[in-house]
Amino acid sequence: MASKTVTATRMELTRLKRKLVTTRRGHKLLKDKRDELMRQFLSMVRENMELRKKVEAGLAAANKNFVLAKSTMSEEAVNVAFMTPKQEVSLEVSEKNIMSVDIPVFEYKTRTSDPNDIYSYGFAFTSSDLDDAVKSLSDLLPDMLKLAEIEKACQLMAAEIEKTRRRVNALEHVIIPETEAGIKMITMKLDENERSTQIRLMKVKDMLLEDAHHYSEREA
Amino acid sequence: MYKIAIMGESDSIYGFATLGLDTFPVDNAESAQKTLRNLAESDYAVVYVTENTASGIQNEIVRYSEQKLPAIILVPGVSGNTGDGVRNVSKSVEQAVGSDIIFGS
Repeated sequence: MASKTVTATRMELTRLKRKLVTTRRGHKLLKDKRDELMRQFLSMVRENMELRKKVEAGLAAANKNFVLAKSTMSEEAVNVAFMTPKQEVSLEVSEKNIMSVDIPVFEYKTRTSDPNDIYSYGFAFTSSDLDDAVKSLSDLLPDMLKLAEIEKACQLMAAEIEKTRRRVNALEHVIIPETEAGIKMITMKLDENERSTQIRLMKVKDMLLEDAHHYSEREA
Repeated sequence: MYKIAIMGESDSIYGFATLGLDTFPVDNAESAQKTLRNLAESDYAVVYVTENTASGIQNEIVRYSEQKLPAIILVPGVSGNTGDGVRNVSKSVEQAVGSDIIFGS
């Protein structure tokens, strides 16, 4: 594992040990972040799916109404009816922070205060199917905006989770083992150095004693 | 102050004009791509795109998925539901978890 060459010094050892402590703490924090993000994401994505199914069903119904309306009116009449929209929607975007992910929150405002004031045409030349179609669509708008908000939040959170997961894995499987291996190598090297110094000292002491007392001569 | 746009085949989107959404009819991938870019650069916070139109400009849409704004949301058009919208939700689960554990079949 230890592919990196480390210089076997005490300074390097202290540095690595300090690094290991920081890495461990970072790993734990990131892991907690990932778990919490995941928990929130899973509940949000379920909501997203439900809302999407609801909106899609609503849109299918609204589209059916529009096709019906169009079949009883001429193309020009429909175009004229929709030429000058009465209603106008604008959005206020604020931010919400979920586990360091900034997600947008939409709040919509309509120009006219009456939510039923959506028919941009006189009723004389249009079929009642068109009214139904427009009504069904307008009922769907709040849900569609909610869907936009939630779906965007899910996309952003998914991206953040992916990033966090990669970081956690990199720390867990690369950085931490590498540092540990480095520490082990340095300790072994230092121990080895210490032993060889000890032996050398013992040897030197033997030689000095030999010089002073001439043991080998006496034995002979 | 942000606005809402809807983009797609004109048949699928003309009704939204009454609600006050800005409609942008497009009929091919090239103009769709151009329109989407323009919309993303001006102050539209939400852009609804019909599934049929979106299928031609997947790459362009993915580009915006990690940006905070605009939110690009697929909606079924008048020609029926292709399931792309639902698939996108599953895809984000897959991205986050590694495999689709919730909606996977």
